Amino acid sequence: MSILDWFPKKKAVSASGNNKLSIPNDLWVKCFCCNKIIYLKDLNDNFKVCLKCNYHFRLTPEERISYIFDKNSYNETNPNIESVNFLDFKDTRNYSERLASAQKKTSHKSAVITGTAKIDKQTVNTGIMNFAFLGGSMGSVVGEKITCLFEDAVKNKYPVVIFTSSGGARMQEGIISLMQMAKTSAAISKLSEASVPYITVLCDPTTGGTSASFAMLGDILIAEPGALISFAGPRVIEQTIRQKLPEGFQRAEFLLKHGMIDCVTHRKELKATLSKVITMLIPYNKKVNKLQKISGKNIKKDISK
Amino acid sequence: MKVLDFENKLLSLYDKINQLKALSEEGSIDLSKEIARIEQRAELLKKNIYSRLTPQQIIQISRHQNRPDSLSLINLIFDDFVELHGDRLYGDDRALIGGLAQIQQERVVVIGHQKGHDTRSNIDRNFGMPNPEGYRKALRLMKLAEKFNLPVITFIDTPGAFPGIEAEERGQAEAIARNLKEMSALSVPIISFIIGEGGSGGALGIGVANKLYMLEYSIYSVITPEGCASILFRDAKKSDIAAELLKITAKDITELNVADDIVKEPLGGAHHNWEVTASNIKSFILSDLQKYKKIKNNKVIIEERYNKFRNLGQFSN
Ligand SMILES: [Zn+2]
Repeated sequence: MSILDWFPKKKAVSASGNNKLSIPNDLWVKCFCCNKIIYLKDLNDNFKVCLKCNYHFRLTPEERISYIFDKNSYNETNPNIESVNFLDFKDTRNYSERLASAQKKTSHKSAVITGTAKIDKQTVNTGIMNFAFLGGSMGSVVGEKITCLFEDAVKNKYPVVIFTSSGGARMQEGIISLMQMAKTSAAISKLSEASVPYITVLCDPTTGGTSASFAMLGDILIAEPGALISFAGPRVIEQTIRQKLPEGFQRAEFLLKHGMIDCVTHRKELKATLSKVITMLIPYNKKVNKLQKISGKNIKKDISK
Repeated sequence: MKVLDFENKLLSLYDKINQLKALSEEGSIDLSKEIARIEQRAELLKKNIYSRLTPQQIIQISRHQNRPDSLSLINLIFDDFVELHGDRLYGDDRALIGGLAQIQQERVVVIGHQKGHDTRSNIDRNFGMPNPEGYRKALRLMKLAEKFNLPVITFIDTPGAFPGIEAEERGQAEAIARNLKEMSALSVPIISFIIGEGGSGGALGIGVANKLYMLEYSIYSVITPEGCASILFRDAKKSDIAAELLKITAKDITELNVADDIVKEPLGGAHHNWEVTASNIKSFILSDLQKYKKIKNNKVIIEERYNKFRNLGQFSN
């Protein structure tokens, strides 16, 4: 559950982050997993997946948008909601300062961006969590934006696709951050009643209060390869039971084997998989209407001609 | 009984009182005035100590090994109780108990975390830390309650959901998440009491309630103060600072509108008098059961609970 589980082993990962080598023009990056030096352009061409070891680098929301959604189809909702330090929380640093520097670092106002976008011309409501913003932790703002996203979906009936990446609840907001777990989960029960599909894409890492609420409640759970998905963080477990954890413990493939998720999908295939799943989940009468409009690879469309 | 450090002074006064009482019983000297005087002093001191407890001291009371546990409170509060076991999927979690209960003419389903009072019973109860099957048993019982239109009472008392290998394999996160979603839409009222420790998601997993009450010296926290301190200060020993920052006392949680009210404890804490504690909880249960009995439309109950959580959150827009 602790964000600490993450920082010492692997620093927050982004090819544009602090893992650049001091080679001119930042043309090369080192893979965090296998330490291989990769040509940045090759990495970008491969959806930020290591060509050597298949490690899926963490993405910025912008990168995620460019890999998944149709060009220029993304429209952000609620961009201006911001956190406030209502508990007057100050540890080694003031929470307000932490927020300000996270905003500066990520050029986003919060740890999640929400909006509508298109996947192969199908409109979806989407949320993208940003681990670079205070470990993607869920406080009032993440809770509110995710809840609004579900409420929008109840109204507009478009499927919801959320990309999770979060260390859990934001402790600087105390008990109110815990309540966001209940708030977002409650909104999902209304979404279920309205029969609107909800797909979660579990990205590295999805732990604690985020996994134990809206992340694990998707109708379909897709994970990126190697993503850490857990309730308790590996370090907390190790300290509690005082034994070594098994190889691959709490990774996407481990959850798949234990029946906890539907599939593990390579980032290259993710857009196509999402597109297919959405097409197959949308109620039939709606689907027929939609299918008239879908271009390209859909076989059923060809039949209808 | 284990004596808490801040109770020491008080305890020495009680020792003195007992000595004097013994003396006056065997001798001919009348010490009743002296005894009364010290008793008065002790009462004053007790009030003084308990009116200005620090969060760290409240944590100590909330975790006291003689604090009343769920099953004991159930037996003191309800006229009848039948424990029901198992999640029908994997096993029976002894850290989370539940069953059918009756209080006067009212029938309810009751669910609670279960701690022990010594090492042996605590190991048996996994220190009140449920595995996924505990949360799934709770959900099964809540669905049973819904089917037979019985209100649900829950007693929260856990350091957190168990962080273990098997718990993860069997989907601890999924089990808790599922409960949050299902509880939010349950068509019968849910009334929850934090009787000791309200530890994070493990507490919330049976705590999505229409009404949440906290015992006076119970706590509710998103993370243990020890865990918070080890992350923020890299030092678990600074948990007293974290406990202040996190705002975890019944008073704080009520001010933040997360808890609806505080249930008084006997002076010195619930561990000094289980019967009084139980009877204080009982009056809350009875009055709420009467109130909810009048609501015939189940949608009102669901909406009340939904709106309560929907409105929790502070931000600027
Ligand atoms: Zn690699």
